[in-house]
Amino acid sequence: MKELDPFILLAVFQEMLGPLLWILLAVVVLGLVAFVALLVREKGLVSRRLVRSEALGIVGGALALVLMAKVSSSGFTDAAGPADWFLIALVFGAGLVGSTILAYTIAGWWPARRQPAGTANAH
Amino acid sequence: MKHHKNHIERDNALVQPLNRRRALLTLGAAGAAGIALTPGIASAANKVKTTARIVIAGAGAAGLAAASRLSEALDGAKITLIDARKEHFYQPGFTLVGSGIKPAGYVVSTTAEYVPAGVELVQERVAEFDPEGKKVVTESGQAHAYDFLVVATGMKLEYGLIEGMEEDLIGKNGIGSIYHSPAKAEATWQAMSAFADKGGRGVFLRPGTEMKCAGAPLKYTFITDDYLSRRGQRSKAEVVYNSNNKALFSVPIVSEKVRMLFQERGIQVNYERVLKAIDPGKRIATFNTPAGTEEQGFDFIHVIPPMRAPEPIRNSPLPWQTGAWAAEGWLEVDKGTLRHVRYRNVFGVGDIAGVPKGKTAASVKWQVPVAVDHIVAEIAGKTSDALYTGYTSCPLITRLGRAMLVEFDYQNNLVPSFPGVIAPLEELWISWVMKTMALKPTYISMLRGRA
Repeated sequence: MKELDPFILLAVFQEMLGPLLWILLAVVVLGLVAFVALLVREKGLVSRRLVRSEALGIVGGALALVLMAKVSSSGFTDAAGPADWFLIALVFGAGLVGSTILAYTIAGWWPARRQPAGTANAH
Repeated sequence: MKHHKNHIERDNALVQPLNRRRALLTLGAAGAAGIALTPGIASAANKVKTTARIVIAGAGAAGLAAASRLSEALDGAKITLIDARKEHFYQPGFTLVGSGIKPAGYVVSTTAEYVPAGVELVQERVAEFDPEGKKVVTESGQAHAYDFLVVATGMKLEYGLIEGMEEDLIGKNGIGSIYHSPAKAEATWQAMSAFADKGGRGVFLRPGTEMKCAGAPLKYTFITDDYLSRRGQRSKAEVVYNSNNKALFSVPIVSEKVRMLFQERGIQVNYERVLKAIDPGKRIATFNTPAGTEEQGFDFIHVIPPMRAPEPIRNSPLPWQTGAWAAEGWLEVDKGTLRHVRYRNVFGVGDIAGVPKGKTAASVKWQVPVAVDHIVAEIAGKTSDALYTGYTSCPLITRLGRAMLVEFDYQNNLVPSFPGVIAPLEELWISWVMKTMALKPTYISMLRGRA
């Protein structure tokens, strides 16, 4: 009982996800770096793209709930108390925020990759 | 048990820090994704140098967890793990297999994959424990001398002590028993599912002995009731639970909650009924009651056999010498330190330990570090004040998709890991999610000494 708690958590997630843990962590880290770089490059958020990404984010949130239901052999219809609603919000929120950022970042860099720098903001 | 009183008082001080640690095992901590630390590898400098010979009898959850932790803490120790079985069973998953939620393969892996480097695995049964001679002898006659012995043999399911009952009957004649093995848990699911399709009389029970996971008999009753309801057969069915004593669970507050739920679901309860005999052909179960025997017909019965220590333990000087635990053969250990009361270099962890609570994997998780700490301290010439508080956890499934995360200690206190968030006596989805998603990875991490 002398171990550091974050290590326990890491060990548990490693057992749960296997190599997928590292892939997911890589996606999160690279996605965030690319997102921040995009913000710096464009000097702020592009609201049109953000709204579209958020629409996609809602789908991402719903997918996260479906995935959760599948791996837990149950569904959010089994929710019975505040902690359950909190978990649903957390899973949906994580799916929403994650896919929004990912969609926004990809949509931002995709034209930039094909067009010379500086013209990416044209639309 | 007077000599344990001071331990209980000291235990209280430990409860709070333990809770915080457990709290970190939450699945809800999705923020974990942000942790990109690599586990610290215990450097050789931190290890205690020794040439001690440590024998661990039994390579189940407790034996493997002890082997991992000892090999992590000691440098140069000769650690020998003795167990004949090649397969490792994730027993907390048996309920899920018996409920048709997971396949039998979900709970089966191999012992070898968890044996830490440097630990010798002897694939044999222990035939004799000789604590006076400080050795154990395996079936082949080979003696293994030790300086420290960790007894983690687990227990024996004694189906033969029920007249007319045989292990081969599980899955036939409406007889189920999820405890036996992964295959029999699956066979039990087939039998229970067939019962849920047509209704009838479902009989549930628990044995009159100490048992592993005292929540499982209740869970399986709840799950069967739920399947009957989902398949529209509940009105054609009678669900009867037979308790061996005057309670439904050893922790009074939990017992009362279960009583309320049983009443709500129309589950009949009989107290002080212990299964004596079974007639598979006539489908009659005979119970011992304070007023004599009682026959109960069944269309489905979930048999949980008496449990006791394996024979080599019962034949050794290691069990309790008086009381009910003497007859069943549980190891006479101090309930706080898990050290044998008469043989100072012997420790008992897991199901075999003769302590008032905790024949679950969750108990193992908290027992093993305590026993290991005492062994390592003694080797290092120090003393350890680590104590096991009796912590046991039971995600008590009350229907498919919901469970109560019941956690308690020796004093029958509820010790919730997530106070104010996950209410221990509420049926919640989050508790079910933990049971189905987080528990197995936590368990495997425990085997590897990482949780």
